[in-house]
Amino acid sequence: MASSREIKRRIRSVKNVAQITRAMEMVSASKMRRAQRNVVATRPYAQSMRQLIAELTGRIVGTGRKGTLLEVQPDSRKVGLIVVTPDRGLCGSLISNVQRQTGRFILEQNKAGNQVETFTYGKKGRDFLVRSGQKVVAETMKLGDAPSLEQVLGVAQAALARVQTGEYSEVHIVYSEFVNTLVQRPALKRLVPVETPEASGTPRLDFTYEPSQEELLEELLPRYVETQIYQAVLESIASEHSARMVAMRNATKSAKDLARELTLTFNKARQAAITKEVSEISSGANALADG
Amino acid sequence: MPVHLEIVTAERQIYSDEVDLISAPTRDGRVGILPRHAPLLTILQPGELTIVKDGTRTPFAVSGGFMQVLPDRVTILADTVERADDIDAARVEAAIKRAEELRQSAQTDQELALAEAKLRKEMVRLQVMRMREIGRRQ
Repeated sequence: MASSREIKRRIRSVKNVAQITRAMEMVSASKMRRAQRNVVATRPYAQSMRQLIAELTGRIVGTGRKGTLLEVQPDSRKVGLIVVTPDRGLCGSLISNVQRQTGRFILEQNKAGNQVETFTYGKKGRDFLVRSGQKVVAETMKLGDAPSLEQVLGVAQAALARVQTGEYSEVHIVYSEFVNTLVQRPALKRLVPVETPEASGTPRLDFTYEPSQEELLEELLPRYVETQIYQAVLESIASEHSARMVAMRNATKSAKDLARELTLTFNKARQAAITKEVSEISSGANALADG
Repeated sequence: MPVHLEIVTAERQIYSDEVDLISAPTRDGRVGILPRHAPLLTILQPGELTIVKDGTRTPFAVSGGFMQVLPDRVTILADTVERADDIDAARVEAAIKRAEELRQSAQTDQELALAEAKLRKEMVRLQVMRMREIGRRQ
């Protein structure tokens, strides 16, 4: 058994760990609330955007000419993949889940004869891809907890530009979808060709279009994709902080359990030492009395 | 009968209220929207967006986007938008200088794209501010 001094030292260090993880939990909790608010705040724009696109694509179908982002480029064997991860770890299985999904996607595409080029938000995803020898075309790191759309646009536009020149046939995105505080799901979505949203049940109005419907759609689609990427980044941030909060809560709990166990061991050891000493003294006394 | 106006950006909702008149810079020229306007879908270009509510004008600087007009409801999907009164001349000029330096020193595609986006946005702010100054002088 470890000496009581060693146990004491371990108790102290475990308690220190608990204090730190507890502080990290509280920091993450407040960051999470803010990140969740940011995710919710983007919804009106995305909602209106979807509605407009549904309206326009509903009408244009049949006229033959579509925006390039709607159509598959059949002659390209290249696929773009945007990977969204946090910069920092200590957030449970979130990062490895996203990485696994990324790896699976790349393998599938390779098997189908497609070459994958990647774009990353966040350090962890980038490091993973660089380590596994994938081509990273563009990357952004240190976005902070509430990135502006502008900060996100650079990488997004680098990917979209390569679709518009016909280099990529498709663009997908992998990120951690924020379901709720306890559940974050790695999500893989196809961004291009754009999946046209369903038109809602509202009666169609006779819109005047300035300029033409096609031109409008051509302008709208890139924005729509950019918005989706922006939302994915925000969701990933909300997921990160939720996951970290939960991970740190578990860590605090484990540390406290461990401290309790160690204290028990320490007390037992102390008691054993005392008992031993008492029995030694009394047996010594007995031996004297007998003699 | 006022018309309900919503201005949203990808980041958040900026404005939501009943207004009497909206004057917006579209790609084909400036349009004024009164209540019960015919349904219209159009692209906005950088410029000044003015809202009139109860006789008071509120100017905004908008850097582009889309506008959907329904008889009782107008939705503006702006790239960036900001109240013109919040714009400060010195700061805008400093920001333009910074963005230009950034563009010069950009080494990768996305650094360049970012710098150019910033520059465009600042130019609009400057433009709107100048337009406001001209408006005051007249």
